[in-house]
Amino acid sequence: MSVTVRVPTILRSLTGGASEVPVDGASTLSELLDKLDADHPGIKGRVLDDAGKLRRFVNVYVGEEDVRFAGGLETPTPDGTTVSIIPAVAGG
Amino acid sequence: MTTLLDKSHAFGAAANLFCRECGATYDLGPGNACEQCFGPLEIGYDETLLSLVTRESIEAGPRTMWRYGALLPATPVVDLQVGGTRLVKADNLARELGMKTLWVKDDSGNPTHSFKDRVVAVAASAARSLGFNVLSCASTGNLANAVAAAAARAGMRSVVFIPSDLEDGKVITTAVYGGTLVAIDGTYDDVNRLCAEVAGEQEDWAFVNVNVRPFYAEGSKTVGFEIAEQLGWRLPEQVVVPVASGALLTKVDKAWREFSQLGLVEGTPYKVFGAQATGCSPVSTAFKAGHDVVQPVRPSTIAKSLAIGNPADGVYALDVVRRTGGAVADVSDDDVVEGIRLLARTEGIFGETAGGVTVACLKALLASAQLDPAAETVILNTGDGLKTLDAVAPVAKPTVTIKPSLIEFRNSGAAT
Repeated sequence: MSVTVRVPTILRSLTGGASEVPVDGASTLSELLDKLDADHPGIKGRVLDDAGKLRRFVNVYVGEEDVRFAGGLETPTPDGTTVSIIPAVAGG
Repeated sequence: MTTLLDKSHAFGAAANLFCRECGATYDLGPGNACEQCFGPLEIGYDETLLSLVTRESIEAGPRTMWRYGALLPATPVVDLQVGGTRLVKADNLARELGMKTLWVKDDSGNPTHSFKDRVVAVAASAARSLGFNVLSCASTGNLANAVAAAAARAGMRSVVFIPSDLEDGKVITTAVYGGTLVAIDGTYDDVNRLCAEVAGEQEDWAFVNVNVRPFYAEGSKTVGFEIAEQLGWRLPEQVVVPVASGALLTKVDKAWREFSQLGLVEGTPYKVFGAQATGCSPVSTAFKAGHDVVQPVRPSTIAKSLAIGNPADGVYALDVVRRTGGAVADVSDDDVVEGIRLLARTEGIFGETAGGVTVACLKALLASAQLDPAAETVILNTGDGLKTLDAVAPVAKPTVTIKPSLIEFRNSGAAT
């Protein structure tokens, strides 16, 4: 089992065009981003700012939960869940 | 070269896309977020082309929003004859509120009865020019109407996503146009999130407020342009704008800055005020707390067209309000209903719940002395009360019900 990460269009240049990629053995979002970056170098720096915080205009969901309403980067990412990275600037 | 020329024609004076946060630039095309930092993309214009616009060139144009076409990133490929809505001098309401000069910009007069026809006109036209054949959106209702109608007129397929708890007056007025209507068990923010994901899969669909959003949002400038032209080519001193995503508020400000920069109006100072319902007031809350970030909320209000808990342009709306010396207010649902009735009773204008929010916030901002009763003020009614009948149904009933009898009429009290 692993976590499935849904990759937004603007980051697919870093995943060889893949819209979903698997990540193994990450127990939190923070660990997941490290592992994701090892497989797809540069992706973490697009999602987090220089201070290591979630960028202002990105939303990350673990399952159905917006991590800003949950545990932020420490939100648990159990096996079998889906993590979605979504540009925040939409709607209205 | 031919391609370049065609492109520059199809997208008006638009030259490129740029990131509002980091400044990265991109070719004109679909996309709403910066590849580097996820920041919002905006339309960049060819300043030389913009500088050719004069009052005369605008006045020679059609009596629709396309008279400002030279300042928009599209040409009218899809045209429902949007805009040119009335600016009503609201003397009765002004008197009631102790104000000197008050105007209502009544955008319920658009083809599908809300300001959303403006943004969709630009988005649909740009989408066509970008080669899309399917028009889609996440909507709180008004946009759903506008997208479904524009797609019908343009012979495009529409796929519209809405929260399943929307008012009948917005569901029926979308479904009637015959497109695909997907109701989602969730809030608008849930719908919006789903659409952002669907947009990543259905890359041949133009989601007007996702992958075509930079074009779409520019359409809101035409409300600001019209107000300035209708006032006789000048700016008011104060404006009150309902805030959902915050995009309308920021674009009214952008319109007035553009008109000032181009010398179409004198750049007189103005204050921009935002209006929210307390049940969904993330921007008002941030304003009052002095924060420059907007904490998302879970909405609960009858003003469903404003029920966006995670507003995409919230921080930019805050910037505009603070830069101009305005404020953001929020009012209870009871006040919203009273606001609808007040506007109807004094001016004969039946606004939807968002209009009630705006009127009630105007009243609240006067009471808190944040808004100057002596300064010329414009408020925006962005949609038609017929779409949100449920909000006022309990308090808008026949005064009396009688038999067709003269005696009954005399005794009913209705004659006095």
